[in-house]
Amino acid sequence: MNVVCLGATKGMGRALARAMAERGDALFLLGRDDDDLKRSARDLEVRGAQGTVHTAYCDLGDSETFSAALVDAERALGTVDTVVVTAGQFAPQDDLEEDAPRLREMLAVNFTNTVLFCERARKTALKSGGTLCVFSSVAGERGRTPVVLYGASKAGLTRYLEGLDHRYRRAGLRVVTVKPGFVRTSMTDGLPAPPFAGEPDQVARIVLRAIDRGTPVVYAPGPWRHIMAIVRALPRSFMRRASF
Amino acid sequence: MSQRSTISGWGGHSVEGCEIRAENLSAAANGAALSRGLGRSYGDSSLPPDDCPIALNTTLADRILEFDQATGRLRAEAGLSLADMNRLLMPRGWFTPVSPGTQYVTLGGMVAADIHGKNQHLAGNFGHHVTKLRMQVADGRILECDSEQHADLFFGTIGGMGLTGHILEVECALERIPSPWIWQETQRIPNIDEFQVALEEAAPQWPYTVGWIDCVSRGSALGRGILMCGRWATADEAPKRVPPRRLRPRLTFDFPGWALGPWTVRAFNELYFRKQWRPTLRGIVHPESFFYPLDVLREWHRMYGTRGFTQYQCVLPHTDESGARKTGSARRVLDVLTTLGGASFLAVIKDFGQNGVGVLSFPRPGITLALDIPIRANTQALIDALNQVVIEEGGRIYLAKDSFTRRRDFERMDSRVHDFNALRDTWDPQRRFRSAQSVRLLGDLPRTNQADLGGHP
Ligand SMILES: Cc1cc2nc3c(=O)[nH]c(=O)nc-3n(C[C@H](O)[C@H](O)[C@H](O)COP(=O)(O)OP(=O)(O)OC[C@H]3O[C@@H](n4cnc5c(N)ncnc54)[C@H](O)[C@@H]3O)c2cc1C
Ligand SMILES: NC(=O)c1ccc[n+]([C@@H]2O[C@H](COP(=O)([O-])OP(=O)(O)OC[C@H]3O[C@@H](n4cnc5c(N)ncnc54)[C@H](OP(=O)(O)O)[C@@H]3O)[C@@H](O)[C@H]2O)c1
Repeated sequence: MNVVCLGATKGMGRALARAMAERGDALFLLGRDDDDLKRSARDLEVRGAQGTVHTAYCDLGDSETFSAALVDAERALGTVDTVVVTAGQFAPQDDLEEDAPRLREMLAVNFTNTVLFCERARKTALKSGGTLCVFSSVAGERGRTPVVLYGASKAGLTRYLEGLDHRYRRAGLRVVTVKPGFVRTSMTDGLPAPPFAGEPDQVARIVLRAIDRGTPVVYAPGPWRHIMAIVRALPRSFMRRASF
Repeated sequence: MSQRSTISGWGGHSVEGCEIRAENLSAAANGAALSRGLGRSYGDSSLPPDDCPIALNTTLADRILEFDQATGRLRAEAGLSLADMNRLLMPRGWFTPVSPGTQYVTLGGMVAADIHGKNQHLAGNFGHHVTKLRMQVADGRILECDSEQHADLFFGTIGGMGLTGHILEVECALERIPSPWIWQETQRIPNIDEFQVALEEAAPQWPYTVGWIDCVSRGSALGRGILMCGRWATADEAPKRVPPRRLRPRLTFDFPGWALGPWTVRAFNELYFRKQWRPTLRGIVHPESFFYPLDVLREWHRMYGTRGFTQYQCVLPHTDESGARKTGSARRVLDVLTTLGGASFLAVIKDFGQNGVGVLSFPRPGITLALDIPIRANTQALIDALNQVVIEEGGRIYLAKDSFTRRRDFERMDSRVHDFNALRDTWDPQRRFRSAQSVRLLGDLPRTNQADLGGHP
């Protein structure tokens, strides 16, 4: 499988890229820090990625960088089977409420620019079909007091991905929406971990299986599917009083 | 940054504090009193001091940066675990030149404790195979050091228990192996004195040797046990498959206090000794059962109940100052242990062949004993008594396993501590790098006024 990854330098993106490397997939990394991308590329090569792992500059904060990055990726890989987007940003609700520029950036990165990136990928690297796997979040399922703004960005993204899957699956584009629950990465470092908190490697195994099968929506770790089924069913009056 | 909670060493010793986890260590290091890896050191060596309760957890910094399949040279970030190295590189014919008894350790921890393994008599410690380190030191600089460049920092860091700076990257030479399987021979040994002899006899013939001893039996059977010798199986002898992954159930609860009372320990020791029903057994074994028998049960230390346990490991020289042969030293340690009733579930014996390269490296030629000691009311008295024997025998203790030794005793057995502190005066005069252990043992003061230190590291 030939895969383009945006966000493989850290967290779940790193774990997923490693799982792919270990089974011999060919990888191309996109990101915003050249040196760091190269270090990740060497790691993935040693872990078994096919051939050289090349990299290109792509900042999810700047949509002007998307085209060239995807062209580079296509050129290096020949055909692209899968595009994975794990890049994203998180900040606590209080911080986002106080800091307008940071809020603007988070909304742009998690929603507008992720959508623009996916549109670009759909029209270029994945024009003859393939899999687009994007990390949204369980935070987008309900409006919840501790994650109003971040949750909204992910809710918008989830709906976009759902529509995209409906519209283009028959034409050969398989969209896989990943909704992680709480996963221990540097993004969540310092936050109190709830029960069923997961590890990146565990998520990677689940997501890789979903990519191979073309599962449209996947919760990871597994129990979050059931937790979210309950949360989705809770009445508004309850959600207003709840602190989670 | 993490919330305040507790940070624990292996065996249950813990402090109030928090850990910072990040992929980019140098960017996250600000404010941390020391780095820690997978927390497999017993006691308090990986715990920050009370007055600066922040540790930098390195486990997300685990990328392999270079690996040369032809020469076995490896460069990786300090948080890479030995378990990952084994999983990835053993099937390709490469293994760590020195392995501890668990694979859930990081490269940084292997360097900082200058760990030793079953091949110490032949290969020395892990530090013997480290060629370069990338460090972040107290003034915030990032430096490469090796045996020529900043050599004092390099040799201070090997075995330096995290007190010279944050190790960011490690470069080392791996060992080529003919197959990933082990040819093992085990032998029953009747008592401790014969054990010392048997280890010495096995040393020239086997790359890996270690003994398990029964510390419950007394008198003529004191220190009876099983000697395990191993070497890599040749390609012809070895099964053609890669060793399968082994299931590792997790112990999810603490055993009640009585579960490891004297009777259960006695029964375990008896069974373990009898399990080997023939004087000698030989054959091919899984590398994990040879190197990491305790990893089979994750969090097995919870068998010791909520009070936890400590380890005690010392090395006693083979010869006295004049070079004359000494005998009976291991027996003295076991005598104290059995007299004071420190029923040890697991005791390991091994001969060391050489000194470490680090300023504070633990190993030196001699015999080493590692004892598991469940924590009881008299544990302090027991460790004090064991330390008296070690001082009289001219030996020393392993910092990675200590939480009870008194500073006065430590200085009497290890005068190198002065050289080590002199080195820290050069690299870290303000003692930004400290651990709960260094405050207890190396004379580091709790810091009363943090304000005058500025932001770094
Ligand atoms: C079952 C078991 C068997 C063992 N067998 C052996 C054995 O056979 N031989 C042996 O030598 N040891 C053995 N040990 C001890 C273990 O190998 C060492 O304590 C090792 O240091 C643990 O590595 P870690 O990554 O968990 O480090 P930690 O326990 O987290 O830290 C250990 C020390 O290393 C320092 N450190 C860690 N990472 C860094 C870094 N990046 N930069 C600077 N300092 C750092 C810490 O500050 C601390 O002082 C055993 C431990 C267990 C639990
Ligand atoms: N962790 C959780 O509990 C959790 C829960 C639900 C959903 N999620 C979502 O899952 C995804 C992955 O989370 P994670 O925890 O693995 O995150 P992470 O560890 O913080 O990693 C995020 C990755 O995204 C990259 N990135 C961030 N902003 C970027 C930008 N502007 N341009 C390019 N790359 C950028 C980062 O690259 P750099 O190295 O350049 O920083 C990094 O590789 C995110 O979308 C997150 O919102 C996470």
